[in-house]
Amino acid sequence: MSGVFQSAAMAPLEDRGGAAQPLLIARDLVRHFKVKGVGLGEEAAVRAVDGVSFSLFKGETLGVVGESGCGKSTLARLVMHLIQLGSGELIFDGEGVGAPDGVSVDDLRRQVQMVFQDSASSLNPRMPIRDSVAFGPYVHGKSKEESRRIAREMLGRVGLNPDLFGPRYPHELSGGQKQRVNIARALAISPRMVILDEAVSALDKSVEAQVLNLLRELRRSFNLTYLFISHDLNVVQYISDRVLVMYLGQVVELGPVDDIFSRPLHPYTRALLGSRSSMDPANRIEEPPITGDPPSPIDPPSGCRFRTRCPHAEAVCELTMPRLGQWLNRDSHVAACHMHEPGSGHTLAVGNA
Amino acid sequence: MTQAVATSIDTSWEADPAPAAKTRTYWQSVLIRIFRDKATLIFGTVVLAIVLLAIFAPLIAPFDPYKESIIGRLKPFGWRGHPLGTDELGRDMLSRLIYGARSSLLMGMVPVLVATLVGGTLGVIGGFAGKRVNTAIMRTMDVFYAFPSVLLAVAISGAMGGGMMNGMIALSMVFTPALCRIAETATAQVRSLDFIEAARATGARPLTIIRHHVLGNVLGPVFIYASSLVSVSILLASGLSFLGLGVKPPEPDWGLMLSTLRQSLYVNPIICAMPGAAIFVTSICFNLVSDGIRSAMDVRQ
Amino acid sequence: MFAIILRRLIYAIPIALGVSVVCFSLVYLAPGDPLQTILPADASADTIAFIKHEYGFDRPIPVQFFFWLTRVLQGDFGMSIATRRPVVDEVLGSLSNTAVLATIAVPLAFLIGYSLGVIAGCFPGGWLDKLVTGSAVMGVSLPNYWVGIVLVIIFSVEMMALPATGMGPNGSTAFSLFRWADLQYLILPAITLALVPVGILARSTRASLAEIRNQDFVTTLRAKGLGEGAIVRHMLKNAMPPVLAVMGLQFGYLMGGSILVETVFTWPGSGFVLSKAIINRDIPVLQGSILMLAMIFVATNLVVDLLQAAIDPRIRRA
Repeated sequence: MSGVFQSAAMAPLEDRGGAAQPLLIARDLVRHFKVKGVGLGEEAAVRAVDGVSFSLFKGETLGVVGESGCGKSTLARLVMHLIQLGSGELIFDGEGVGAPDGVSVDDLRRQVQMVFQDSASSLNPRMPIRDSVAFGPYVHGKSKEESRRIAREMLGRVGLNPDLFGPRYPHELSGGQKQRVNIARALAISPRMVILDEAVSALDKSVEAQVLNLLRELRRSFNLTYLFISHDLNVVQYISDRVLVMYLGQVVELGPVDDIFSRPLHPYTRALLGSRSSMDPANRIEEPPITGDPPSPIDPPSGCRFRTRCPHAEAVCELTMPRLGQWLNRDSHVAACHMHEPGSGHTLAVGNA
Repeated sequence: MTQAVATSIDTSWEADPAPAAKTRTYWQSVLIRIFRDKATLIFGTVVLAIVLLAIFAPLIAPFDPYKESIIGRLKPFGWRGHPLGTDELGRDMLSRLIYGARSSLLMGMVPVLVATLVGGTLGVIGGFAGKRVNTAIMRTMDVFYAFPSVLLAVAISGAMGGGMMNGMIALSMVFTPALCRIAETATAQVRSLDFIEAARATGARPLTIIRHHVLGNVLGPVFIYASSLVSVSILLASGLSFLGLGVKPPEPDWGLMLSTLRQSLYVNPIICAMPGAAIFVTSICFNLVSDGIRSAMDVRQ
Repeated sequence: MFAIILRRLIYAIPIALGVSVVCFSLVYLAPGDPLQTILPADASADTIAFIKHEYGFDRPIPVQFFFWLTRVLQGDFGMSIATRRPVVDEVLGSLSNTAVLATIAVPLAFLIGYSLGVIAGCFPGGWLDKLVTGSAVMGVSLPNYWVGIVLVIIFSVEMMALPATGMGPNGSTAFSLFRWADLQYLILPAITLALVPVGILARSTRASLAEIRNQDFVTTLRAKGLGEGAIVRHMLKNAMPPVLAVMGLQFGYLMGGSILVETVFTWPGSGFVLSKAIINRDIPVLQGSILMLAMIFVATNLVVDLLQAAIDPRIRRA
């Protein structure tokens, strides 16, 4: 099956760093957006992404969760270099992105693709969908016929009959079908990594399940790595190997999916998990759900950003910003919380008791 | 078991209500809608007839439009085989009206075409580039917007000294800002959509993105607006000729004819009014055809 | 509110500056030496040299623009080549004549256009609506100078009821709205000039009503059991502001765009002065009158903008 596929599609790019080398390392990514301030000529900055670091291992799915406005989508666009990095560093398969001796942004975009949330606006309404899918290979130097052939192949792979659907326009497709086209479009240039930015959030539950299964299957057969962004914890739990929790532009917790869902460390994660309804009473987390809106990312709280809504906040939380701690491998489970940092000064800190 | 369920769901997706054969491109369905619209078809035929008259004027016109006659001035309909009489220099009115369609159509369409190309390009560049480039282009256009269109046309062609070429340059400059604004708005709207972002994520260059993803979406509104300007351009062009700024005598041009015949108002009023009627018919037909095109293209599918 | 006025004013300044740049460059668009285009053909060599130096024509163009702008701001628009009188005197008098014409034509157009639009908007899709929309298209497709000629043919040539040209008996320009002998000269030009705005106002009234018809508050009124008449009254009240704005803009258009109608009726307004300047290739008058008319247009737009902001709370906040 996969042998048949490889004959038609664009040649996948070779693995350079080996299996142990993370596919993507993000170091201290920062992006602030300037906005108009209250007074005349005043300027303020929205700290959309403020010092995010993580590693993405080959072949895994890293789920990114957080409330809306926490910087998830900005993070996705930073990784794709769709918006400029304020500061920080991206290392793709061992080579710096945009660095003189590393991979260029163009090369990165050949290897990383993205599926957007709004399936309708992410397809050109004036283009038959087979042309939308064929556009990527065409841009990367394939002939028109060859690009079309790849498009046919890809549409078939996402479960759409290319003869039936290829000539159609986006408005003639359902939401789930459009999202399948978007997936086919992303895969058409044989990327090694796909960023799924709320890719199933707009779909009906039944369709969502089908698309999720499709994504799982495609990951296996194309040997892909996913960065899966969603606000839906159930979906993230279903598809992810590891989970990264974001709050106000920062990573608050990172770890394997089962660890995070069974033993969440950070009060914010606990609150998030507590807020969702569980069918299984044994699985419920007894944590008061958080109330109110998150503080403004223009002027975030000092120290720990969650302290204004945290039931365990103490003086130290206001003074020092907790650090995420060192993660070593796929199994590391870390949280940016003073309660989990020995000797931080928090009364509940591990090792104090 | 689960496998079977999944497959059955998948096939039910593909059994779509709309058969593949019915899928038409956008422009095909626009054409079909135009052909179902009787009024637009009728006025379109009139426009076509006027265009054909202009092209084949030498074959159709019964007389030489420049041939003067001292004894046959301002004669009524049917006088010595002149179906619509003669003008103030004894030239055949019908032949001059037929030949007059040439300059009217030329001055109606060329400036709109030029303005569409220039304004459209500037608008797409501004809308796609955004920020400073856009501000620079659009503020410049705003300045030209700050003139009433008649005044701007008169100002430019008046300063340049009249003539058909200068008139067309002036009218092109009059229409450029409006078309630029339309193209800019449409481009900026498209640019914010995800599929442009997706195309950028594919690694496509801005020009490739504009060619494949932007133009197709901007062309529609620009074309609708440009088609509505043809009628305006015909009116303004004849207005310039009427003021002595457009076509120069002795060329047959409806606006110019109206201006020279005005002196003979008291002698033969009907003949004096005819060139204006020609302008009116042409302009209203273009206007109605443009309305038809607009409603055929406007429908959300 | 004050901030809005300030913002719109600040925005209007670069536009006005740009307009003056365009008007300044008109002289350079003209074929030949710009100096010659603004001097009489028989000017002596001394005069030419004097003007050249005095007006800075030997300086770089940006400096020339600065000189020119300074003079214009002091009211010096140069001399008319044809009459050797200051351009300001030529244009200012004619501007008031055009204003007379426009102040009659715009309310006239509003009266007719608004009524037609209301009729069409109250019976959307009916034959009255079709008739009105049809005539509105005609209104904007008609060459108004031709309509002027036709009106002259009917009322002056055939019926001999109204004068064909001029602004008063025996070429008098001491116009008074309250003297029939003067007023009859105004009727045909005003009707002709009102033609295009009638079409535009009818269309925008109809569109405005159609938009309001679909708003929730109309449904609420109907649900409350209000009669059709009362509902229409409510709708008209809400449809008025955008139509008034269109009317304001039309005033600016007519001030600048009446050149053709004024030429037909030899109405001694700014358009007629402009048309004479074109025939005489009197570039200083051309430049001066276009600058003043364009500035009036910019000012009208600004005033309409501000009035609209004052009326409509949604714009005020935006």
